[in-house]
Amino acid sequence: MSEQLALLPGYLTAHLQLTLFALLIGTAFSVPAGVLVTRMKWLDQPVLGTASVIQTIPSLALLAIMVPALAALGVQSIGFLPAFIGLTLYSVLPILRNTVTGLAGVDPALVEAARGVGMTPMQRLRRVELPLAMPVILAGIRTSTVLTVGVATLSTPVGAPSLGNYIFSGLQTRNLTAVLVGCVAAAVLAQVLDGLVRGLGAAFARRKRGWAAVVLTVIGVLYAYTGVSLVRDLGARDAGQVVVGAKTFTEQYILAEILAGQIAETTGAETEVVSSLGSTVAFDALRAEEIDVYVDYSGTIWATIMQRAAAPEGRDAVLGEVTQFLREEHGVEVAGALGFENAYALAMRRQQAEEIGVSGIGDLTAYARRLDIGGDYEFFGRPEWAAIRDTYGLAFATERTMDASLMYQAVASEQVDVISAFSTDGRIAAFDLVVLDDERGAIPPYDALILVGPRLVRERPDVVAALRQITGTIDADRMRRMNLAVDQDGAGPAAVAESFLQELRAARRPQ
Amino acid sequence: MIETAGLTKRYGDVVVVDNLSLHVSDGELLVLLGGSGSGKTTTLKMVNRLIEPSAGRITIDGQDTATIEAHDLRRRIGYVFQRVGLFPHMTVAENVGVTVTLLGWDRTRVRRRVDELLELVELDPALVGDRSPSELSGGQQQRVGVARALAASPRVMLLDEPFGALDPLTRDRLQQSFLRIRRQLHLAAIFVTHDMVEALLIGDRIAVMHEGRLVQIGTPRELLRSPADDYVRQLMETPTRQARVVDTLLEDSPA
Repeated sequence: MSEQLALLPGYLTAHLQLTLFALLIGTAFSVPAGVLVTRMKWLDQPVLGTASVIQTIPSLALLAIMVPALAALGVQSIGFLPAFIGLTLYSVLPILRNTVTGLAGVDPALVEAARGVGMTPMQRLRRVELPLAMPVILAGIRTSTVLTVGVATLSTPVGAPSLGNYIFSGLQTRNLTAVLVGCVAAAVLAQVLDGLVRGLGAAFARRKRGWAAVVLTVIGVLYAYTGVSLVRDLGARDAGQVVVGAKTFTEQYILAEILAGQIAETTGAETEVVSSLGSTVAFDALRAEEIDVYVDYSGTIWATIMQRAAAPEGRDAVLGEVTQFLREEHGVEVAGALGFENAYALAMRRQQAEEIGVSGIGDLTAYARRLDIGGDYEFFGRPEWAAIRDTYGLAFATERTMDASLMYQAVASEQVDVISAFSTDGRIAAFDLVVLDDERGAIPPYDALILVGPRLVRERPDVVAALRQITGTIDADRMRRMNLAVDQDGAGPAAVAESFLQELRAARRPQ
Repeated sequence: MIETAGLTKRYGDVVVVDNLSLHVSDGELLVLLGGSGSGKTTTLKMVNRLIEPSAGRITIDGQDTATIEAHDLRRRIGYVFQRVGLFPHMTVAENVGVTVTLLGWDRTRVRRRVDELLELVELDPALVGDRSPSELSGGQQQRVGVARALAASPRVMLLDEPFGALDPLTRDRLQQSFLRIRRQLHLAAIFVTHDMVEALLIGDRIAVMHEGRLVQIGTPRELLRSPADDYVRQLMETPTRQARVVDTLLEDSPA
């Protein structure tokens, strides 16, 4: 618990940075846009229609779409910017719609009275229409505030830290305390910000200037603190910091901490771990120099990045082609293989496999129609699945997509019969599952590779050298045990990484 | 003071006000009388350009109103609305002071003027100034409406059925107050009403409108004595008959 709470100031500040500035820009756009719409009726449909369409895009997708969109524009595509833009877009509709509704709801007799006493159109807006519409507009801002605080937890996969880090990593590592801390913190934050806007509205409505001043001061202080921290954070990027990326599963969290620890220990460089990146987001981020290093798997590069189908025989052949491709096409260097494979593997309950006499994927062909298969979010869309399915002629009764961290529990409790397991996952042994042989080699090899981005290659040969020192040091068994320590025993990824590095150094110390 | 020449308002093919020429002298109160749809309110609103005329000219003090910025024009003309139109988010004092605030007066000067006006309409500034309009009775609200219209010391007032929604006793008191104020300030005013009795009691002259046209214009006495047509005669008959009934009642009653 205290370990989790120590992370709170950082995540909370990052969450506030996203939420407060998205709301500020969202409001600064939506209120004038709403006024404009009520003045020029023909804008009504196009403007409100566009905002509604944006609102219907699932929030996670909206944020994720920002990554390639911004990369295409050649600006920061990972981290604060994509999350900020996505959240801003998301905050628009409630404020815009309430501004339009609020202004339309002003009694026409009062508008005429405002004209009659000699107000110009601008004075009418400022002194009569906006004040009278203010309760409705503020209600829109409150809706947006609560919405934005919630959706901001989805900034984590696009590389912007937030309270979502608790939730994403907590779900992956089965750390319910972390999930709970994240949820409670987000809920409390939403209540507090909502309360501030409500307080402001009440102060205006009751004409209590003192109250309004107090609430405005609190809001001002929040913005000042958040703004200063944001400028400081964005500035820190240039200061020679090495950014280590991690995708959204336990092994990646541990490996990122190992890489960061090794770099810091050996070169003294400052490091930052950006975790819970979406799968292809991580590679795009590396290429765009938003992160400097992360671990990916040769088979994933082969299938997803190179878009190649049949893999050549042997780990080394794939490794060679992947290395050459990355260097030539993307300026990305493979610092080396860590020493283990984390392959996609079909796994079943041992008992059931023995009952129906299945040991290889080929044996499933006859039974598949009666079995259900579970896969992670990507699996059924990946070329590897197509290759497995077509090679063995598999047609399962149902294909169910679920979170990778839930698959093992699902198969163990007979919710599904087969899962797309990861071969290094400690839960294969823990839940007494068996991995089925890929007799025909449909699944490519998945060597864990340290990928180094163009900036490090150019500027920090010392860091690259430090990373080469840990190649070949982690075998599959070691990785499985480390994963299990986190998933089963509740150890923190950083602690597991630290003890690994200590052992490594002890072993290397001259006798 | 106020002069309209050939004033016309059309909405598409529908003529709402048809070629209307009127004259209101300095210090005179002209009542525009007519039923709904007669064009009386449209005429009134064209004077301060809440509605722009389709044709014709309006001059105030010899100046063509079309040559003045609409909001400047309106600040020089007091306007009392049918539905009162007090701003609910402002206090009574802020409502009364709104026009002079727009004119850029400083706070203390506005405050002094507001107190003066509230006293003029027989309200206690200390008592009502900081209240919200909704805390006042209908009659008090319309007194505030009159005070607001008078804030910038206009020489011209426009009133659109200002007392229509009030109970008879309150209406009578407000009419008396208004007549006193008008004489005191020597205002030229156009007063729109559909209430024959009110028109007779309050007007220096009455212009009867019907379907957008001016039917007859004259003093109350002229209208009563020699109505121009059947429509005017019918209009005048109602109050006359009522007055006779009241007279009869007074004679019959044991003294």
